Amino acid sequence: MDPALSVVRLTVREAIHTLSSSEDCGLILSTLRFLKRYLGETEDPALPEEQEEFATVHFSAFLRCLVIKLSPVWLELSPDGQLEELWDSFFLKGPADQAFLVLMEALESTAGPSFCLMKMAQLLANFLSQRRMAALMEEQCRPQKKPGFTLLQETLLNKVVGLPDHLGNRLQQDNLALFFPQNYFPLLGEEVVRVLQGIVDALRGGLDCSVSFMSRVLGKICIQGRQKEILDVLVPQLTVLTQGSCLWQRVCWRLMEQVPDRTMEAVLIGLVEATPGPEVLSRLLGNLVVKSKKAQFVMTQKLLFLQYQHTTPMLQSLLGYLAMDSQRRPLLIQALKELLETWGSSSAVRHAPVTQQHYLSAAILICLAHLREPELRDSQDELLASMMAGVKCHLDSSLPTVRRLGMIVAEIISSQIHPEGPPLKFQYEDDELSRELLALAIPGTSDSSTVLAGGSAPAPTASETLAKTMDDGVESANGSDPQVGPQGSDSDLDSDDEFIPYDMSGDIELKSNKAPLYVRDCMEVLTSSEDMERWEAALRALEGLVYRSPEATREVSVELAKVLLHLEERTCVSGFEGLRQRALVAVIVMDPARVAEYLTSQFYALNYSLRQRLDILDVLTLSAQELSRPGHLKRPTQQVSCGSGAPVLATSQADCTGVSGWRTVVEERIRSKTRRFSKGFPRRELASSPSEFNSVAGYFFFPLIQHFDRPLVTFDLLGDDQLVLGRLTHTLAALMYLAINTTVAVSMGKALLEFVWVLRFHVDIYVRRGLLSAVSSILLSVPAERLLGDLSDELLEARSWLADVAEKDVDEDCREQAVRALLLLERLKDRLLPLSH
Amino acid sequence: MAVPLPLPPPGPQFVLRGTQSAVNALHFGGGAQAQGRQLLFSGSQSGLVHIWSLQTRRTVATLDGHGGQSVTWLQMLPQSHQLLSQGRDLRLCLWDLAEGRNAIVDSVCLESVAFCRSSVLAEGQARWLLALPGKGSDEVQILEMPSKTSVCTLKPEADAKPGMPMCLGLWQAESSPRPLLLAGYEDGSVALWDVWERKVCSRVSCHEEPVMGLDFDSQKARGVSGSAGKALAVWSLNGQQALQVCSTHQLTNPGISDITVRPDRKILATAGWDHRIRVFHWRTMKPLAVLAFHSASVHCVAFATNGLLAAGSKDQRISIWSLYQRT
Repeated sequence: MDPALSVVRLTVREAIHTLSSSEDCGLILSTLRFLKRYLGETEDPALPEEQEEFATVHFSAFLRCLVIKLSPVWLELSPDGQLEELWDSFFLKGPADQAFLVLMEALESTAGPSFCLMKMAQLLANFLSQRRMAALMEEQCRPQKKPGFTLLQETLLNKVVGLPDHLGNRLQQDNLALFFPQNYFPLLGEEVVRVLQGIVDALRGGLDCSVSFMSRVLGKICIQGRQKEILDVLVPQLTVLTQGSCLWQRVCWRLMEQVPDRTMEAVLIGLVEATPGPEVLSRLLGNLVVKSKKAQFVMTQKLLFLQYQHTTPMLQSLLGYLAMDSQRRPLLIQALKELLETWGSSSAVRHAPVTQQHYLSAAILICLAHLREPELRDSQDELLASMMAGVKCHLDSSLPTVRRLGMIVAEIISSQIHPEGPPLKFQYEDDELSRELLALAIPGTSDSSTVLAGGSAPAPTASETLAKTMDDGVESANGSDPQVGPQGSDSDLDSDDEFIPYDMSGDIELKSNKAPLYVRDCMEVLTSSEDMERWEAALRALEGLVYRSPEATREVSVELAKVLLHLEERTCVSGFEGLRQRALVAVIVMDPARVAEYLTSQFYALNYSLRQRLDILDVLTLSAQELSRPGHLKRPTQQVSCGSGAPVLATSQADCTGVSGWRTVVEERIRSKTRRFSKGFPRRELASSPSEFNSVAGYFFFPLIQHFDRPLVTFDLLGDDQLVLGRLTHTLAALMYLAINTTVAVSMGKALLEFVWVLRFHVDIYVRRGLLSAVSSILLSVPAERLLGDLSDELLEARSWLADVAEKDVDEDCREQAVRALLLLERLKDRLLPLSH
Repeated sequence: MAVPLPLPPPGPQFVLRGTQSAVNALHFGGGAQAQGRQLLFSGSQSGLVHIWSLQTRRTVATLDGHGGQSVTWLQMLPQSHQLLSQGRDLRLCLWDLAEGRNAIVDSVCLESVAFCRSSVLAEGQARWLLALPGKGSDEVQILEMPSKTSVCTLKPEADAKPGMPMCLGLWQAESSPRPLLLAGYEDGSVALWDVWERKVCSRVSCHEEPVMGLDFDSQKARGVSGSAGKALAVWSLNGQQALQVCSTHQLTNPGISDITVRPDRKILATAGWDHRIRVFHWRTMKPLAVLAFHSASVHCVAFATNGLLAAGSKDQRISIWSLYQRT
């Protein structure tokens, strides 16, 4: 045996003995000071091999002994605090890993709130603030020769990452702020950078180092969900450090590569979130996606297909990263293909939530912005095929947002794949969604901005660029303004401020006034006249005529409804749809029973276009609304005399009147609370003018609900024509709602609940929304006691279905509506309970 | 900042109903001698002249002097209580309205069945000039009133063939006492006559269609005319008494039946066959408003001295508007 080693052993044993038995302050101090020599911090250090032996063999044991001795009385032995200082110094100066482990161990074994516990927590805080953690981790990065170091590393890893949890459990209320995760992990981040700095320096000096411990630390932190805390510190520093230093970049890449597969996903997602743009991401990750299967899976599958909560800037940096290197570009093309495949799958369109579809579309557009036409040429056919399929199923969807997504994406894909061909052009509203998506598709916006912004500054997000372009637009608009100003003021010497022109949009060419004066004439003109001006005038005059001459209308009502239903837009009449719709509504209002009967029978007849069927539903809803409104006959005349103002409104709203008509009804219903509160007043008004809908509600409702399950050759509600089915459910819901306070409401509710029950698992979101609003309107319209008396079984069934939808439906709107309906049901219960007492 | 949206055109301040036939002529009366009781005269298709109080918005009196024939022109003589009315019964009546009277004190027989409105030049004198369509279809007759002596007959040169006079405007430059007459003719031309010399000073062809109405701003030596066509013409008079077309302004719909510049010469209004009243800025001719209220042709527009605008229409209503008033 090496004599020196035995000397160390003897010394340590003696020291431990002294410590455990002696009460003499001087002796203890001198013993400790003597041992301190082995730490190499004194002016008279021990031999290196002695130090080495002490550190590897005896240090932990000695520290444990120190821990055991710790007590307030013991520390009081030296009143000037020397002993305490020496005691601390062993932990703070000795090998960091052992000191840390002993401390953690001691913290765990020490009982409840006590002096010792607090003392050690304080010491640990000192340990952290004196940067010992960096020393600890740096030690782990050196090449290891000791046996069992993997076990040690594993323990260290657990303790280092789990420190906030351990300390939180031990200290409970007395926990120190430093140990809170939100403080600890940023500190750890700083330490990681310091360690990496050390590694880079060591590598420069030609020493061998491994970052795998760091990778594991990082991975473990991230998988515990603390990505944000640590990466918010780490990423900005690494961004600066990797700029212009290949060594740093390599260390960084290595750091990422060594992250265990298990934790790769958490790290990557955190990193993509935290990096300001593709440029930086590329510097930090290198070609990780090519090297690591797991990383590739996360980046090209998981982030694109399985998750959709991420922001657009994040998508941009992810896809930009894939596009930045020639080795990664094939992955981008592959991703685009797969994205398009998913986008074009009808099942995905039907079942995926709208937000996910939006996410997918944005991803596709960003991909396209990065890819050039030559790269796409190889897979042109494939892309085109997916696009065609996708356009079809998107346009088939009954949700306007999905349709719009389909149009926008299709337009951009076709322009990218066939830049020379005729452009595909859809008509869609220019709103925030479409502008945002179109901005994504402009190639080079993200590239150029990152290049300009350099490494450290975050790339402007899509919304920023959008805002910028909009600002430009406004500026140019402003730019033209001053030009107009001076021109005007050249000639206008005195103030023209008072002569501000009024709106002159109503100044249109006057059509020669050939409007018929009788309903019958009108009908004749509409069916047979070849004179387009006369035809148009008749159409414009019809609504007013119908309201003014109820008798004449009733004589020809069904015939007139037939004419209007089959009326086609023969010339380009502005607001044709609105005119026809209003005229039809007027006819129904004048003679509800017969016309509604006719229209509902036609709804299920052969040889109508979908448009006509939708029109039937719209006018039925609108006229029911009109009929159920108290004092409804007063309004129309006013509308007619409005003259210039009204048609303008009608044109602008022509497209959405159908939608907004019942939308308002639905919204009104949703705002049921306010209705309830104000109920006292309208009820009195109703008494003075009974709802005219009362006597005719059945004509509107029952024929519509009876035949939906009988497919015709041209019309299959349960098959392809789900858009009409969706509208039908919404219409029925609206009719049900409007039938509030009518006598047929109970039987309507019963029929409607059965209808809902049959269709409750319909795949189309729009249909389900309609069903849910139908349930809500039943709950609102059918008197509570009747609901419980006659419909209790159905209600129970509906309730379980609602609970199911509220929990599991893919569509957010559906879930929300289901929750609303459940709340209504609850309130119903509350209202009935006091009754039963 | 986007350009603020223009306001929608205002509605009429109020509407006078009850003429029970189309309104063909309007004239604001009252003013100083009425002590704030502002009156509006309206002449209707049925031959009645209604006198409206703008305070009560009711008829004060009804004058029936044209035997059921349409009244086409109304004019109050300045500083007097006398009203001139021209009817399709070929009579021009002078009414005395002082102290609540409403009697015809004099009348002139017209010798033309044309629709041309007459014109008066009276600058507070006991004698005043009246221009009215003459016997020959293209003639204009000038009478000195109240003596009814014919001053002259203005007949275009034989080769001119301007057709019938459609509208007349007698005026006098501030610098000279020479009465001048502006006449719009059927062929779309406007001619300036020197009444004393009985000759055409200048003549300009400004419309394709018959001139239906004109008004002249003697301060700016600029006038405007409207026709059955789709344009307004602005013309000016230079120092050599020569008319020149300054500009034309296209309208959306053809047909102007009357045109009037507001007394303060800030804006002008036109009465359109398209049921609309159009308001323009007089100096720049910038369109300011299109007032759509009437449901039939507007036949006449008139401005009060305080800037109120009245329009009479075939739909039997008289609308009163308050636009760009200085408050």
